[in-house]
Amino acid sequence: MNPITSLYYGFRRNLKAFRLYLVLSGPGLVVMIADNDAGGITTYAATGARYGYHLIWFLLLLIPVAYYVQEMTVRLGAVTKRGHAEAIFDGFGAFWGWFSLIDLIFVDWLTLVTEFVGMTAALAIFGVPAWATVAGVCVLMGVMVVNGRYWTWEKIAMVFCVLNLIYIPGAFMVQPRVSDILSQGLIPNFAGGFNGQLFFFLMANIGTTIAPWMLFFQQSSVVDKGMKEKDIPWGRADTLIGSVFTVVVAVFIVIVTGAVLGGVDIDDAAKAASVLMARDRWLGTFMAIGLFDAGLLGAICISLASSWAFGEIFGWAHSLNNKIREAPAFYVNYLLTLITAGLVVLIPGAPLVLITLFVQVVAVTLLPAALVFLILLLNDHRTMGEYANTTAQNIVGGAIVGVIIALSTLYALSTLFPNLFG
Amino acid sequence: MHIARLLRHALSDQVARVRAINHRYAVPRLAMSPAVRFSLLALRIYLVLLVVLLGYKFVTLVVH
Repeated sequence: MNPITSLYYGFRRNLKAFRLYLVLSGPGLVVMIADNDAGGITTYAATGARYGYHLIWFLLLLIPVAYYVQEMTVRLGAVTKRGHAEAIFDGFGAFWGWFSLIDLIFVDWLTLVTEFVGMTAALAIFGVPAWATVAGVCVLMGVMVVNGRYWTWEKIAMVFCVLNLIYIPGAFMVQPRVSDILSQGLIPNFAGGFNGQLFFFLMANIGTTIAPWMLFFQQSSVVDKGMKEKDIPWGRADTLIGSVFTVVVAVFIVIVTGAVLGGVDIDDAAKAASVLMARDRWLGTFMAIGLFDAGLLGAICISLASSWAFGEIFGWAHSLNNKIREAPAFYVNYLLTLITAGLVVLIPGAPLVLITLFVQVVAVTLLPAALVFLILLLNDHRTMGEYANTTAQNIVGGAIVGVIIALSTLYALSTLFPNLFG
Repeated sequence: MHIARLLRHALSDQVARVRAINHRYAVPRLAMSPAVRFSLLALRIYLVLLVVLLGYKFVTLVVH
């Protein structure tokens, strides 16, 4: 075969693989990019404003962390054809099942409130009243699911994922010095020494990388999409690309706030957007649009994670491929979760800051349990067969899970007792 | 009266559903090896400690 023919066939092969990837991609990309939700954007904005580029190296370390944990849900979903909630009920019995389900519903609902807080704050910058934002989001998310096709829902969600990349041009607009980013950001260092505040920021960044709803969402999503064992390599690639994207976006947010807001005390992303707006209208606009999109993506995934979990356990039809009349309980649950969370934001004087802090604490009661169950389920050779965890995967996955549990617990404790680490 | 009867019926229906779920998942399918037992015990201890801490925080907030 001459070189041109071989090049042509190589191109055709890669094009075919890429097309197949486009068909099978989705759950990993959506869950990972939705991980950069309103709370995540706030954490990254605050990290950049406080430490400049100095913690970029730490964010890059979170790529394998996110990948290893979420990849396990791909295998579990593709092999068992069960969502995470059902897998816990089945594997560990009703006690742990109810604990996980009730905790998930509670955490998801609280997190959904924080997404609405982010979305209303972002659009308030453009003068949109909170009621209009809440109503608009509820209608939009209702429209996304009424067509009765998982595929359509997923592709619309992926459009919002693309919008999440808005921080990348934003970072180019601030014209940061690349040499500063490379020298300060890529060499591991602890700016200002290792102290309580730095530890808090490290824990917050880890806490926003792995959230309980992500495990439930991706596994249910893999099942709803109908992925099979043979699709696992594609699911892995999807999850890896998603992990890279989520951290890349986080890094660009840190670059924006590190370059422009260095030394400004930022405690929420909407404040960052307002301050940026005062300095550069377009930059502030990008930040606000990004924050709204992040909240929307988070809301899309979180409300579905709850509805899927409920449907799996109560035996309702619970697929986005079902029409509303075929799965009324699933869609009612989805919309009810959404509307009630949105209404909380509209209550005058609602303790929104307290809710935001409370989410971190309550999530820690579910995250360790969900992660431990995940590792144990992946070691069930009878069910998982050749897709069970290998010893190496157990060592790496176990170490990552151990570190996440320890740090997220410390993060929750430092939220409860702010003076704990000095 | 009619609404009360409907509510009672819906409630009893849900209770029956929960009972059926409890019955269906009464026995964990996962083999309870020492490693699994240890993990679940550690998880229970962790959660109890966390709940105690949350309770302590709540009490101190109420008292102050």
